Amino acid sequence: MIGAFIIAFREVIEAGLIISIVLAATRGIPGRMRWVLLGVAGGLVGAGLVALFAEKISDAFEGSGQDILNAAVLIVAVLLLIWHNTWMSKHGKELAGELRAAGEAVRSGEREAAALSIVVGAAILREGAELVLFLYGLVASGTSGADIQFGAFAGIGAGILLSAVTYFGLAAIPSRYVFSITSVLIIFLAAGLASQAAQFLANAGVVDVLGQTLWNSSGVIAENSWPGRVLHALVGYTDRPTALQGLVYLGTIAVMVGLMQWSSADKRRTVRTA
Amino acid sequence: MSARADDMPVIKVEMRDGVILPATIEVPANTRFKLEISNTGQSPVEFESTELKREKALAAGSTSAIVFRTLDPGTYQVFDDFHPEAKATLVAK
Repeated sequence: MIGAFIIAFREVIEAGLIISIVLAATRGIPGRMRWVLLGVAGGLVGAGLVALFAEKISDAFEGSGQDILNAAVLIVAVLLLIWHNTWMSKHGKELAGELRAAGEAVRSGEREAAALSIVVGAAILREGAELVLFLYGLVASGTSGADIQFGAFAGIGAGILLSAVTYFGLAAIPSRYVFSITSVLIIFLAAGLASQAAQFLANAGVVDVLGQTLWNSSGVIAENSWPGRVLHALVGYTDRPTALQGLVYLGTIAVMVGLMQWSSADKRRTVRTA
Repeated sequence: MSARADDMPVIKVEMRDGVILPATIEVPANTRFKLEISNTGQSPVEFESTELKREKALAAGSTSAIVFRTLDPGTYQVFDDFHPEAKATLVAK
């Protein structure tokens, strides 16, 4: 039972941490709850489909189907997170209430919430397919006892609870600071997802450069230990990164910081000329 | 392209409710090969290796494969993420 609890809990928090950051980052955008729920529903349906067609997906592209699908899902999420942070550095202050009357943030906010609903869906799709396989196996095999099934569902509950605590923790931050903090969290989140996408493309043979390992920190924090898994979900920690992963990680950070600077400078110009 | 895929050596691995067989998986180094993983047990499994940066979840009774483009000679630890006690070693030479 404990085993099932831990596995279910782990899979849920991997997606749950991403969702709680996204939720905190969209505070004040009207209608965002509807979009987030849509993203959750879409992600769950997608995860179910991926689990159902796991073998077909695997066999696609000469056995690289799963890697290519994972990379595609992650790249979409990364692009939308980049866009989110760029948008936020222009409109974050308005949403934080300092310029509540400003209409533009609210008008383009809906589009922003829609983009983040796709990020939520992608996070669930990516992590959820394994959980669906695991749970379906437990329920369908008929050999696992009620205590194991209870453990798995308790694990899901605990994972959702921890994600909710994370969200409320972030939401309790005064609104003046919350978007600065979520922007930083999202930069590392996006960089981590981008480096994972790079590894999936390398596994698929799409990218075939810079495969050498940069360092091995598995003796300090093993990737499959608890701290390793949480760091992996939040900042993309991996104990044996390749040079390609390192480069993509730093490149994503540089692009995001650059776009955010440009966007907030653009805003200052607009305000001055108006 | 498909002809090449058929030419790949296929190494079979069996996973069964917390056991990985064989315990030492021998694979060719520096060449393409396919690791064909069958879950013959009653519970779902997830073949995983952080060293190889690969993972694959399998429902009970299903078979799937991971294609490796090239692998440096060496020893790599693999485990079943859904049965933490199940471990094996993959040896490339």
